[in-house]
Parts: sequence; C-alpha cells; structure tokens
Amino acid sequence: MNTETIYADHDQQHRIRLVKWGTSLVLVFVAWGVAYSQLVPFSEWITSLLPVARDSHTGEAIAFFVYDVPKVLLLLTLIVFATGVLRSWFSPEKTRAILAGNREILGYPLAALLGVLTPFCSCSSVPLFIGFVSAGIPLGVTFAFLIAGPMVGPVGLGLLFGLVGWKVALIYLIFGFTIAAVAGWVMGRMRLERYLQDWVRELNAGPIGEAPDEKFDIVDRLQVGVDQVREIVGKVWIWVVFGIAIGALIHGYVPEAMMLQIMGGDAWWSVPAAVVVGIPMYTNAAGVIPIVEALLGKGAALGTTLAFMMSVIALSLPEMIILKQVLTYRLIAIFIAVVASGILATGILFNAIL
Amino acid sequence: MKTVKVYGPGCKRCDMTEALVKDAAAKIGVAVEIEKITDPKSIAMAGVISTPGISIDGKLVHTGGLPKEDALEKWLQG
Repeated sequence: MNTETIYADHDQQHRIRLVKWGTSLVLVFVAWGVAYSQLVPFSEWITSLLPVARDSHTGEAIAFFVYDVPKVLLLLTLIVFATGVLRSWFSPEKTRAILAGNREILGYPLAALLGVLTPFCSCSSVPLFIGFVSAGIPLGVTFAFLIAGPMVGPVGLGLLFGLVGWKVALIYLIFGFTIAAVAGWVMGRMRLERYLQDWVRELNAGPIGEAPDEKFDIVDRLQVGVDQVREIVGKVWIWVVFGIAIGALIHGYVPEAMMLQIMGGDAWWSVPAAVVVGIPMYTNAAGVIPIVEALLGKGAALGTTLAFMMSVIALSLPEMIILKQVLTYRLIAIFIAVVASGILATGILFNAIL
Repeated sequence: MKTVKVYGPGCKRCDMTEALVKDAAAKIGVAVEIEKITDPKSIAMAGVISTPGISIDGKLVHTGGLPKEDALEKWLQG
C-alpha cells in the first residue's frame, strides 16, 4: 500500500464515520420529538391506571410527577448534548489566556461570559483558581468567572425556558450575569488578595503553560456531547426526580392562600428568608427548577422565587469547602455576603416592579 | 522508558486516565513510568488548570477530560 491509498482509506473511513453519526443523530432527534409530543397522553394514561381520583390532591401530585419526570429528562438530555458540543470549542486554558490579556473593566463581564461557556468540573476548582490568580488575573475577575459558571449554567437556563417560559429564563440570564460581573467587580475593589491562604499569595506569576493543541473534528465534538449526556444526566437524574417529587407535593397539597402569605411578595422578609434558606441547600439547577415551576404555579412572587433559586444554585456549601484550600474563612464569608446581597437586590427589585 | 505524569486531585476521571495510559502503553509496547500528581499547587504550577492532565517526558500533551485512545498512542510513540 502506498501513501496515497492510505490517505484515501483514511478519507473514506472519515466519511463513513460522518455518515454513521449523522444518521444516528437524525434518528435520535426524531425519537426525541415523538417522545416529547406524547408527554401529556402518557402522564394522563399512567395516572388513570392508579386507583386515585384525577382531581384529588394525590391525583394532581401524581399527574405532575409522571408528566414532569420524562419531560425534564428529555429536555435535560437535549440541552446537555448541545452545551457539550458548544463548549468543546472552549477550554479553561484558552479562557485564562484571554482573561490574562484583559486588565481593564471589560474583564468582569468577559469573565462572566466565559464562565458560562467554559467547561470545567468543580473538582478542578482549586487548580483553576490557582492557575488564574498566579497568571496575574485579578481576584475579582476570577470570582466573576467562578460565580457565573454555576449560576448561569445552560442546564438551568434551558430547563427554565422549557418549564417556566422564555421571559423568566431571559430575566434570569440577564440578572445572573449581572450579579456575577458586579460581585466580581465589588470584590476586586475590596483588595482581598491579603485574605488568600498564605501559600497561594506567595505564588508569583507562574508560567502560563501553553495549552496543548488537540485536533477536534465535528464527530469528536459530537462525541463530547454524548459523553457529557452520559456523565451529567447519569449523575443528576436522581436530583431531578427528587426535585420533581417536591414540586409535585407543592403542586398537589400546598394551598395557594398559604403560598401567597409566605412567598407572595408582600412580606418584607420573604426575599431575605428565601436567600438564607437557599444557601445551605445543595442541589443543582436541574433539581431546583421543578420546585421553582411549582412555586410559581401556586402564585409565589417572581422575585422571591428567583432569589431562592439563585441562592440554591450559586452558593453551595460543598464548593465553599473545596475553595477553603485556597481562601481564608474571612474571604469565603465576604464572597457569600457579596453574592447574597446581589441576589437579595434582584429579588427585591423584581417584587417591587412586578 | 518514558515518564508519564497524570495530573488530577484524585477524582474518578483521573484514575480512569491513569488506566488508559497503562493500557495504551501496554498495547503499543512502550515502557512507561506513571506518576500521579495530586497536590493542587503542583498541578497548577505545571500549567494544568483543567484536570485530568497528562505530560510525557516533561511535555504537557493533554488537559481536561479523558484522553482519546488513538491520540494517547500517538503521544506515547512520539
């Protein structure tokens, strides 16, 4: 075999791979569409099999549950896949290079934007934090990145869009993004470098290693999407089921009058309470949004509900524990206080104008 | 003998990466010595900010996520 035939062979293999992937993708999309269109008949059918009256509390709760579980899982799969493919064009190393070259005020919104687009797992938070800070990226910009990532995740936005509607999703996007950029800027102004753990402060501009250049073709990117679905949906489905179960209980049993009293937006303490309750609660966006859907359905005020959701998603105890390796307690407390204030302001603003 | 360093704080994917390196090396018959770097400071100082990362004989070849098998073989041969 000479070189030419080897290349021709390689080309053909590539084409076969492309066709195979293209065909399976179309088939999966069609199956997805069919499943999605059958959600209501499916849930009504399941509920009718059970020995409960459809219009009883239990019937309402069960119908909500068997409708929402497949719906959320279908939406989640699609969103995670699309996000995985999109994010394959970004990497923390590239993001660092961009941010390190951007010292102006523009750095904060840019960091928030890249926080949304850059794939990173919370298990690499610490190397990422050190890598950013030691490359001379200001602490505030690093925080803007770290806040935006979980808060404005595509999973959360996509589910909000699918379950609650595009208006709420858009409001959430704009305010989540703003809170990340502004909180980063505020922390940048506070000159908090002295509250890093000693050993982190002593690291001066380490070498910015060049990111290894790996060639990705479109099939590789689709593969990244599939891997992400397997990993993320495989991990969060249990949270989703749990969240929907709570949402179903709220939907079926909580009287609207009571909800209006607690979360209706008239009581001055409802937004602060929602934020405080949300901090120690740990679930991901996929688990909390079905709860949000049910709360809004029962007449909870938008500001209060958004504040609760942001607090649950953006401020989580496990992440604080990971970051404890590089931050002092004082800095963690400031971080929580600044982000919580931003969320509080958003919640109060919304209750006031709507 | 090639020295392979696998960078990662000890998550599941880091262990999987180590296993992948071992398999690939055995498959193409390259002797390797694998060292796992788990200390976050050393990881970051090596230029790795998304884990797992892999370096071969001091050169960083991969960061973030599991490596592809064929790419791994190419790096080990190179």
